[in-house]
Amino acid sequence: MDQVLTETLLQVSGVRQSYHKESSADLVVLDDVAVQLRSGEIVGLLGRSGSGKSTLLRIIAGLLTPTAGTVEWLGRPLTGPAEGVAMVFQSFALFPWLTVQENVELGLEAQGVPRAEREARGEVAIDLIGLGGYESAYPKELSGGMRQRVGLARALVVHPDLLLMDEPFSALDVLTAETLRTDLIDLWSEGKLPVKSVLMVTHNIEEAVLMCDRILVFSSNPGRVASELRVPFPHPRNRLDPAFRQMVDDIYALMTRRALASRAPAAPPTMSMSLHPVSTNLMAGLMETLAAPPYNGRADLPALAGSLQLELDDLLPMGEALHLFHMGVLEEGDLRLTDRGRDFVEADTDDRKRIFAEALRANVPLAAQIRRVLDDRPNHRAAAVRFRDELEDFMSPDYADDTLTAAIAWGRYAELYSYDEEADQFFLDEEE
Amino acid sequence: MSETSFPAFAGARRLPNLFDVVAAVCILGALVYVLGVARGTLAPLDAPEATTIVLDPWALPGYAVRTTLRMFAALFCSLVFTFTYATWAAKSRRAGLILIPILDVLQSVPILGFLTFTVVFFMSLFPGRVLGAELAAIFAIFTSQAWNMAFSLYQSLKTVPADLDEATRSFRLTAWQRFWRLEVPWAMPGLVWNTMMSMSGGWFFVVASEAISVGDVTWKLPGIGSYVALAMDEGDIAAVGYAILAMLIVILAYDQLLFRPLVAWSSKFKFELTAAEDVEDPWVLKLLRRTRVLRTLSGGLGHVFDTIGGARLAGRPRRRPAVARAPSKLGDGLFIAVLAVAVLVAATTIVRYVAASLAWTDLIEALELGLITLLRVVVLMVLATLVWVPIGVWLGLRPKWGRRIQPLAQFMAAFPANLFFPVFVVSIVYFSGDPDIWLTPLMILGTQWYILFNVIAGASAFPGDLQEAAANFRVGGWLWWRRVILPGVFPYYVTGAITASGGSWNAAIVSEVVSWRGTKLQAHGLGSYIAQATADGATEKVVLGVVVMSCFVIAFNRLLWRPLYSFAARRLTLG
Repeated sequence: MDQVLTETLLQVSGVRQSYHKESSADLVVLDDVAVQLRSGEIVGLLGRSGSGKSTLLRIIAGLLTPTAGTVEWLGRPLTGPAEGVAMVFQSFALFPWLTVQENVELGLEAQGVPRAEREARGEVAIDLIGLGGYESAYPKELSGGMRQRVGLARALVVHPDLLLMDEPFSALDVLTAETLRTDLIDLWSEGKLPVKSVLMVTHNIEEAVLMCDRILVFSSNPGRVASELRVPFPHPRNRLDPAFRQMVDDIYALMTRRALASRAPAAPPTMSMSLHPVSTNLMAGLMETLAAPPYNGRADLPALAGSLQLELDDLLPMGEALHLFHMGVLEEGDLRLTDRGRDFVEADTDDRKRIFAEALRANVPLAAQIRRVLDDRPNHRAAAVRFRDELEDFMSPDYADDTLTAAIAWGRYAELYSYDEEADQFFLDEEE
Repeated sequence: MSETSFPAFAGARRLPNLFDVVAAVCILGALVYVLGVARGTLAPLDAPEATTIVLDPWALPGYAVRTTLRMFAALFCSLVFTFTYATWAAKSRRAGLILIPILDVLQSVPILGFLTFTVVFFMSLFPGRVLGAELAAIFAIFTSQAWNMAFSLYQSLKTVPADLDEATRSFRLTAWQRFWRLEVPWAMPGLVWNTMMSMSGGWFFVVASEAISVGDVTWKLPGIGSYVALAMDEGDIAAVGYAILAMLIVILAYDQLLFRPLVAWSSKFKFELTAAEDVEDPWVLKLLRRTRVLRTLSGGLGHVFDTIGGARLAGRPRRRPAVARAPSKLGDGLFIAVLAVAVLVAATTIVRYVAASLAWTDLIEALELGLITLLRVVVLMVLATLVWVPIGVWLGLRPKWGRRIQPLAQFMAAFPANLFFPVFVVSIVYFSGDPDIWLTPLMILGTQWYILFNVIAGASAFPGDLQEAAANFRVGGWLWWRRVILPGVFPYYVTGAITASGGSWNAAIVSEVVSWRGTKLQAHGLGSYIAQATADGATEKVVLGVVVMSCFVIAFNRLLWRPLYSFAARRLTLG
């Protein structure tokens, strides 16, 4: 694929996507995003969940219209799903009532390709992706990996110029995902994939370094392209190569720095802070792991993620939660346990709750405010909807839901307040 | 079934086999017979053989075919209605705003009350022909079937999985292709199930609508319903028995030949990506799949459907707008204004029509009678619950029994209970029981089965680990009922009870007044009020009665069933 002459396939410039809410200013999901795609490259959009990368993929696929900015496909403005762009879905999006062959032929049928040609091309794609013999099977008879192969064959059969992949391997187990990745890269390196370029969304740093020629790292809230990295290694790549490891480490550091920068450490935390509902069990377990050997209070994030079998998307929110409660500190791709964290690990259940309650009141203004309101009320009850409304002035309804869920779970654990799901109300227990 | 055999053998395989001959003879014979019977619908109404019913048992097969034909004609209309109305409601926001509440109300209206109007209307369309009365009967059946089918399709269209929708759009399927490739298959299991429920309900109405009297005029359409009506007039209990037997055979045939295969076939559209345990194909589906000619035929039909569904009609998908476009205020205003005028006109029409000949006392009378019928429905629901919930739980927790009894309960739900009325009436007359009390059970005769088979389904779906946990902690007796099984089957119970109570209101119209060889038994209630008004030709009273009954049903649904249903969905379902 050593083409010197490359053509520009896709030009995204100044794209902004905002969620409009009547009462407040626009809630920005994507802000001023520019992406250029040329033929012959695999590009990764790397970012945390909620960074808007999937939204960008759907804008490029012609499924969503951006609030502002332009998307040009082969030099022409995009108005809808374009011919020559095919997509692979995280959830596979296979039709349970169609066989493998019929699923694969779907895109061709939409183009009005005659039946005989459809069948022939379908079989070629099915064989290419290693599904020969499964033509008449229904998706429910296949394993997850096989299903995603169907998803790939369905996209490849239309011979797209651009293959879009939305976290294609994240619903698969580790081994299956790895096989599928290497198979795909092998086909790409051998020039057997009938596509000119691939754009994939992922939150897995190693996956991005393993597969992509170029990585666009997204920052969250609003989603922006924070940095662009070129991956210099030739295929096939070796995960254990020190240079590969170094690049993974660097991206981890970059992303934790980004994550914390967006929190504006100097300013005191406010109501507008969105929370990610991390289970207190997970936090406790992570702190216990950190305190014990071999980490003894400090761990390298990639190594920790590897040994705990966690993805960045799982580990980073936990680290951030510890950081928020001052029980841990995220710095340069490492997670360090603080003295308060160590106290927590060594305490018994009641003391743990007490330490957690203190940390919660001090560092999560929303929880402190809920408690204050309940204390003020004679009946010690307050509707949750008023807090939800307040949050929605600052963030999208989904984020507000997450934030409130976190506040409910943490408050319950800390026994700071209770929550009545049936009535959607916060309340104080009688004995308090 | 590999397709790799040599052409010469492929040719040999096309020769018909024994199954083909059997199937061909059966199908041709049935077709000829049906055509012969159907010709009767075009006869003039006053022709002697057109409307004269004879109690000869040998006439029953012909009547059964006429009844079944009516049923399928109505089913066809219901499907057409479903695919147009529900699709329109789902695709157009403004239309949905009004179409869905209309559907909701129509669902609660006692259909039988309207027979008077529809008969007069259709008779005026085809004066002097059997066709008019036929259409009125078909329309009555249609109104008993269409609403929940339309609801089912609407709900499915509104809940198409987002990723599949995106897949079809990103592969540039046109709106037409998307409808047939994604939306209809997605809706199929729900639609087939609701069609089955509708058919079950429909047998009741087909029987009730075949013999209609408005004022002095009585129409009797050849069919099982008229046969039974005549048997009741003449007090021929043997004839009633024959009719019940004929109906049993018809429903058994429809169940085995049509719905079992259909349900088995529709399970392939179920949206589950885990392989469920294989259920054996019903024998008809096996026959269809094994018979070569039929297979080729159905394959060809499938091919035609594929081509139609795959046609690139309608536009290419466009991007979803960035921001949900604020709907045009002017359009909305206009829409609401038109609606308001329509409502006003309709309301004044009803009030003026009713007020012309009725006084307030009539309304109060109707309300009082409504309360009596309400009391009946409530008492019956409580009794049916007390009887069938324990039995259903017992059966459902014993899969061996449950598997056998559940189809039987479904079958009983489909059986038109009005055919059994004479048996009860004879005993009430014989023991001279009080009609106010003893006519009451008739209301729930056909609808109680919905409670039974839903509870069986709920109990058999009850998670095994929860059962084991309860046993492990030695939870028993009343505590087990209260904490374990009743909450577990509650969502299923509510589903069944809603159907049962709705059906009971409808049944009130035919079950509060019955006659046997000239003896008329009448209970007090809104149902008998409507039935009496219909017989007297007092259309204003019919309107009043129907409106009052609709209000009762709607209030009952809104105040009791809907809150229970949402409670069950929120709190008592796992996951």
